[in-house]
Amino acid sequence: MDLTYLFPVEQQRIEIKKLRQGENLILGFSIGGGIDQDPGQNPFSDDKADKGIYVTRITPGGPADAANLRMGDKIMQVNGYDMTMMTHDQARKRLTQKKEDVVRLLVTRKSLEEAVKTSMGGCYPRQ
Amino acid sequence: MDTESTYSGYSYYSGRSRGSHRHGERSRDRDRHKSRNKDSRSEKSVTINTPPAEPLLGDSSVRGEQVQDDNWGETTTAVTGTSEHSLSQEDIVRITKDLEDSVGLDCRRYFTLTLAVILGLLVFLTPLAFLVLPYILWPEKLQTCGTACEGLFISVAFKLLILLLAVWALFFRSPRAGLPRVFVFRALLAVLVLLFVMSYWLFYGVRILDTQDENYQGIVQYAVSLVDALLFIHYLAIVLLELRQLQPCFSVSVMRSTDGEKRHYNLGQLSIQRAALAILEHYYCDFPVHNPALLSASKSRAAKHLAGLKVYNVDGPGNNAAAGMAHSQSRAMIAAAARRRDTSHNELYYEEAEHERRVRKRKARLVVAVEEAFTHIKRMQEEDQKKTPGDVMDPREAAQAIFPSMARALQKYLRTTKQQHCHSMESIQQHLAFCITNNMTPKAFLESYLSAGPTLQYSRNHWLARQWTLISEASVTSGLSDGSIFQLKCVDFSLVVTTKKIPYIQMSEEYIDPKSHKFVLRLQSETSV
Repeated sequence: MDLTYLFPVEQQRIEIKKLRQGENLILGFSIGGGIDQDPGQNPFSDDKADKGIYVTRITPGGPADAANLRMGDKIMQVNGYDMTMMTHDQARKRLTQKKEDVVRLLVTRKSLEEAVKTSMGGCYPRQ
Repeated sequence: MDTESTYSGYSYYSGRSRGSHRHGERSRDRDRHKSRNKDSRSEKSVTINTPPAEPLLGDSSVRGEQVQDDNWGETTTAVTGTSEHSLSQEDIVRITKDLEDSVGLDCRRYFTLTLAVILGLLVFLTPLAFLVLPYILWPEKLQTCGTACEGLFISVAFKLLILLLAVWALFFRSPRAGLPRVFVFRALLAVLVLLFVMSYWLFYGVRILDTQDENYQGIVQYAVSLVDALLFIHYLAIVLLELRQLQPCFSVSVMRSTDGEKRHYNLGQLSIQRAALAILEHYYCDFPVHNPALLSASKSRAAKHLAGLKVYNVDGPGNNAAAGMAHSQSRAMIAAAARRRDTSHNELYYEEAEHERRVRKRKARLVVAVEEAFTHIKRMQEEDQKKTPGDVMDPREAAQAIFPSMARALQKYLRTTKQQHCHSMESIQQHLAFCITNNMTPKAFLESYLSAGPTLQYSRNHWLARQWTLISEASVTSGLSDGSIFQLKCVDFSLVVTTKKIPYIQMSEEYIDPKSHKFVLRLQSETSV
């Protein structure tokens, strides 16, 4: 169930260029969540039944950090593929495709400034 | 007018009768007179009261105030002396009433006993009479008794023996109580047995004695059928008298009116008087003994509340609206008491804390004294017998030997906890001898003095077993029902009993396959990409 209508959310399109480290292409962040995981342990989700993929850690100075990805973002799409109904391992595989150099993510972020503005002024965030 | 002089000459409505209220009977209650004299001497103010419009019913509801009776000049009884040994008219009436009651109950018991004996004899002798009468009256006409017939003799004999044993087991028990009304089921069963035997006799008289039947085997079979039917009636008696009330149906809660002790019991379908009997038997085992000394504190507090306010009636006696006056007086008192700043709760708190401390201190001294006393004696071993043959004591003497060292501490403790009238010195020594005989520790000996036990543990004059009255709005032979309330009144307290039906319980079933207990780990992975 998508409860994003309850909190003002921003949807961001983020483009990350993968960095080559030896043999691996890394993105510089960690993910948590998945339909095979326990959603109650997720510290970033509002709805504790949300089994989506969340960004749990950003390596400072890494490609994700440079691309403005933030901790707590929920990844909705990766290169056009939907990530909301994915197991943890499937999500990891989709992000670490060796053939792709660039990943374009659609993320949802809870925005605190928007929340404050909305409660005071009543204007909705731009999508 | 001086309050003291009004006491000396008149008699007033006494509230202290044993449950019986007598209008217009003037009697004197000595203790109350003395305490009121003391009260009046300590108070400096003068109290003038209006006389009641109607005679008060027994206990006057206005405590702490005296009732002025304008007619005392004409109707003063001669019992105005200050002698301690004078009996008032009410005492005499009460004694004769007690005598009558005890004689009346005994008469009733003997009456029912003789009826039961007559019925029993009738029941047992009837089959024998059926068998013997043909041989007496027409012996020559009778057919000889064949094998089957003689076999039936054995059957009759054994069935009569079984019936005799069964009746002895069920009915020949010493009565445990005297109930106010007749026991309905027993009366019904007696009537049934009587009708049954009468009808058998009627048939026998008409069809066998008159026609002088020769078929002796038929007569014997008739007698056997009588005994069989009597055994079935005995089965009915067991079911009605013993089995029916075993299944619990009602939950009764019993509360004592003086200190609020409450217990709950489960009873089956019983009449109110039998339920009251069952409850009283539980009362003697479960409830701590009634101790009137523990209630004096709250009574004195209540008296102090009312004594603090005085109501002055400026209009004087002879006012027509006297009843309304009394009503408005009490309302005024309640309102004034509510507004007054009362610090009696403070006193109560500190008094109780002090009392608690004192009790604990006395208890500590008592425990030490008793433990020390118990170290002075020990059970005699074989080798001691050779050493000092002269000093051997039996338990009673041993108890008397060590009792003085703990007597003072024990008496002080009992006084502090207001139990001193429950235990006499004789009973304490008996208990000590009992504990010594059974190798009990000092703690075991003391336990019966540290907490109040059930009533049966104490001497007979605490039992009051013959002074219970059943007070009920419904008839006492009607059955218990949901919401019925009745009271069991003893001399100075009563037990209030309320009944509730045990609800109908609906249970459903859920089956769990033993193989269905399966578990998984909670996953929470974090992968870096």
